[in-house]
Amino acid sequence: MIKLAADGIKDIRTPLSDADVESLKSGDRVRITGVLYTARDAAHGRLIALLDEGKPLPIDVKGQIIYYTGPSPARPGMVIGSVGPTTGGRMDTYTPKLLALGLKGMIGKGARSEPVREAMKRHKAIYFGAVGGAGAFLSRYVKKVEIVAYEDLGTEAIRRLEVEGFPVIVVNDAHGNDLYEEGMKQYAR
Amino acid sequence: MREIHVSTISDAVKKLCVEANYDLEPDMLRAFDKALKTERSPAGKQVLEMLKENAQLARTQKIPYCQDTGFVVCFVELGQDVHIAGGLLTDAINTGVSQGYTEGYLRASIVKSPFDRKNTGDNTPAVIHVDVVPGADLKLMVMAKGGGCENRSKYKMLTPAAGLERVKDWILECIKTAGPDACPPLIAGVGVGGTFEKAAILSKKALFRGIGSPNPDPQVDAIEKEVLDKANRLGIGPQGYGGDTTAFAIHILTYPCHITSLPVAVTIECHAHRHKEVTL
Repeated sequence: MIKLAADGIKDIRTPLSDADVESLKSGDRVRITGVLYTARDAAHGRLIALLDEGKPLPIDVKGQIIYYTGPSPARPGMVIGSVGPTTGGRMDTYTPKLLALGLKGMIGKGARSEPVREAMKRHKAIYFGAVGGAGAFLSRYVKKVEIVAYEDLGTEAIRRLEVEGFPVIVVNDAHGNDLYEEGMKQYAR
Repeated sequence: MREIHVSTISDAVKKLCVEANYDLEPDMLRAFDKALKTERSPAGKQVLEMLKENAQLARTQKIPYCQDTGFVVCFVELGQDVHIAGGLLTDAINTGVSQGYTEGYLRASIVKSPFDRKNTGDNTPAVIHVDVVPGADLKLMVMAKGGGCENRSKYKMLTPAAGLERVKDWILECIKTAGPDACPPLIAGVGVGGTFEKAAILSKKALFRGIGSPNPDPQVDAIEKEVLDKANRLGIGPQGYGGDTTAFAIHILTYPCHITSLPVAVTIECHAHRHKEVTL
């Protein structure tokens, strides 16, 4: 569900539908409310190994958003530690298989490969950018955390985050646009 | 001969690791403000404002500036009139790292083997470089080096015929290929000369100089300024969203080199430039 707020920012609520995805354009500022699943290198490795063996995944990714992050430990009394994005490109080899299962969004930083961008167009998905290195800032939007798989991986475990107004920007939309390319073109001199 | 006990070294390293991750150095905060005056891109400005607030939250709320609390790189300048008592220097540093990361709620990001990739659990070991220097002081320079930007660091063996112009092009190329992945605005630490490993180590050490401070060598200073100006015309901007602030600084260290060689190493550092030092 998407609503354009008075401040020009789009408020979206998870899970995402194809129509939600198609209405987002690269460069849109977005606030996400709902659920994000964290997964980075090691968790992706395990998820894809399960798929290759024809086994079910510990989470249903259909309509969901995966946040590429490995949070720092929470201090007592805090929900989570620092929780900024890691580089999305490292997940490129795994991503198309998850998109084929209905994954609708990813949050990270840095450019994605051509095959991933193609798969995003084909399966209708969005790659959001969160500000890398702003982990303290972003932690304030996380209201609840629960480990749902691979606790042995520590920071790389899959966590279910409940977020309110989590701030991101659309980097790659489902129409083939790329904020990084457009931004660079606009400001190069 | 002056004696320094290993526990003094561990305590110092622990403090440096924790402080580096919570308190960004004032030169970085000044760099954010300076960039905000010239940045044309609205998205770029929003990023810079967010980073300022992030730094403030990290310091006041004790939440690490970035969740990647880094690989600890420790440069040691060991006075040759110092005797380290009670154990080994390396163990003392790693004990400090372990205590700092465990007690300071910092992320453990180091795996024991590059192949089996099992986390060591306390962010040890550090990467340690020791220089023996005159005197009876022990200087510890600690950096919490982020992995995302480190992955974009590069090395090139140029020929002497390639010369200075190609060195400048190569630094620029490294910044361009690092792009949005390495969390710009970036700082490029550059080592030119020496051998393969010497240039790489210099490229890390170069990052300890204050942002905005001139290179003591006027010729090298002019090179740094020229490359920085070109980097900020690439258009990459804060976080790669487009803009005028792609890099905060280019810091170059040089060393004599072989008649056949012109090695150039570029360490890419992100805006989460976390480093602290102390002299014992």
